[in-house]
Amino acid sequence: MPAINPSSVPPSVAGVDRNLDMSAHAAAIEARGLDFYYGDHQVLFDVSLTVPERSVTALIGPSGCGKSTFLRTLNRMNDLIEGSVCRGEILVEGQNIMDPAVDVVLLRKHVGMVFQKSTPFPKSIFDNVAYGPRVSGERNRSVLADLVESCLKKAALWDEVKDRLTKPAMALSGGQQQRLCIARTLATNPRIILMDEPASALDPASTDRIENLIGELCANYTIVIVTHNMQQASRVSHQTAFFYKGVLVETGPTLKIFTGPSEKRTEDYITGRFG
Amino acid sequence: MNIPMTTSEPRYVARSVSFYSGADRSIRRRLFLSRVFAGACRFVTYGSLIVLVVLLTAIVWSSLDRLSPDFVYSTNSSDPDKAGMLAGLWGSFWLVLFTALFSVPIGVGSAVYLEEIARDSFAVRVIKTNLSNLAGVPSIVYGILGYTVFRSAAAVLKVWFDGQHAFNVMGLFRLRLIKLPIYEDNILVGALTLTLVVMPTVIAAAQEALRSVPGSIRMASLALGATRWQTIWRQVIPAALPGISTGVILSTSRAIGEAAPLIMLGALTITTMVPGNIDSPLKLITRPTQVLQAPLDQFTAMPIEIYDWSRQTDSQFTAVAASGIMVLLVVLLAINAVALIVRHYASRRLKW
Repeated sequence: MPAINPSSVPPSVAGVDRNLDMSAHAAAIEARGLDFYYGDHQVLFDVSLTVPERSVTALIGPSGCGKSTFLRTLNRMNDLIEGSVCRGEILVEGQNIMDPAVDVVLLRKHVGMVFQKSTPFPKSIFDNVAYGPRVSGERNRSVLADLVESCLKKAALWDEVKDRLTKPAMALSGGQQQRLCIARTLATNPRIILMDEPASALDPASTDRIENLIGELCANYTIVIVTHNMQQASRVSHQTAFFYKGVLVETGPTLKIFTGPSEKRTEDYITGRFG
Repeated sequence: MNIPMTTSEPRYVARSVSFYSGADRSIRRRLFLSRVFAGACRFVTYGSLIVLVVLLTAIVWSSLDRLSPDFVYSTNSSDPDKAGMLAGLWGSFWLVLFTALFSVPIGVGSAVYLEEIARDSFAVRVIKTNLSNLAGVPSIVYGILGYTVFRSAAAVLKVWFDGQHAFNVMGLFRLRLIKLPIYEDNILVGALTLTLVVMPTVIAAAQEALRSVPGSIRMASLALGATRWQTIWRQVIPAALPGISTGVILSTSRAIGEAAPLIMLGALTITTMVPGNIDSPLKLITRPTQVLQAPLDQFTAMPIEIYDWSRQTDSQFTAVAASGIMVLLVVLLAINAVALIVRHYASRRLKW
């Protein structure tokens, strides 16, 4: 198979070392033999994927390939869809989260999620970030204030909003709203963050900030990101998984996937021959 | 019009084109039709407005003979110069108060269940479909239902309690109650019946408000580890509150204009009696025992009094009926104003 010219792969963002040896990292998520159905319609076929901790895994593939569905199984958000059935095993920190005895509320605090469309609550900036801790029972004002500040700093938003924490979150720009949603997710103190096309609705400058943020966060968090933008996948991820028609076609280190994929379909997709 | 589409002639061909209206027959006809349609819409809008203005003017005109502050401060009388609406105002006040107290928790609770909690099952679909059918049921039918259920229950209670105000509780102690006379055609029976009348619209209004809350807010809240209850209570209901409160206020205010079911229940037509003898807002505070008595008292209501006055043979009562309508309209306008204010304040707390 002809290798793709490595120089066509864009440089990674700061903080993402694509030459990192991930075998040294313990597994944060291990999906084994995952089948997923919406009613009679099967959308995932026997998906097995291991996500190393404190790394970024990008899920790529054409629309409707099941990558977002797979992402949502990782914090059981698919439970909300009536008629969905999931079979197989997903181990998060060694526990099978498909077990009916698992409390999804606890799981979702541990596995946070950022959506494609920024979804600030119609509340103040402060109340948005403090929402997660508050629903967990935190009432102490100074604890909340410290937490809000540290999360906004981690999400690189603090300097822009520190003077208007009581102002409506809806008044922020699209890129700021998305970073607010990331800060809000960080406030529940997760170990894993799922991002469903977090930058696809943003302008290039805001996209750039989100990508750099991912580079900073992956030192402490395990990140799984779904993206349509292959340049973005190559810039921010250590590992890339290519989905096609509900099947996980190929997974491997990002540099290998983008320069010498072992599957023809992966290469065709990456070089833009379809998708 | 023929547009030359010959590929063999790629060069620009100048054609004579007129952009002035009327240059093309088919366009002229379409423009004409569109003007006719716009005109018809304008006509029905302003036409009904004119009818309304004419009606209102007629009512204002005929009410001039009687409408005065005195009309609101005095109770009904067989003398058209003395007949007033005090009893009806207070009757309607208690009715609406209790109708709201019954219908808001039941209606909003049902809407939250149907929209937020219930899974899509056959039973839920049957309920959702039939809610709109229930809203279309004539109120007299609810009057009959209220008569058979609530009035009969009140009649049983009346036999049970009448004359007694002390009970032996399981032979242990004597429970002394405040002595309240009980009527089977009391305010509570009327309010429960009106609750049946307004319930479908209250539920529909609350459902509509809940549906307008974007699903992404629920998803985001759940993804942050909130339980379903926390999501409903902290995100969905606050976001839907402006819609819920206005919808609920406007649908309960419908109860003010309802006469048919109340007549069915046996609400009094000619009465000088004010429920609980509370004839001024001050007495709501200073006479607590009378406040307790009011919901169990007989009553009349504004639309019933208007209906009664309009049937009087004495033509002087026309002015009394017109005055009654004026008072009723003012009360309805006031409630709509309250709904607007509530909406304003409920949405100001949201930071969209």
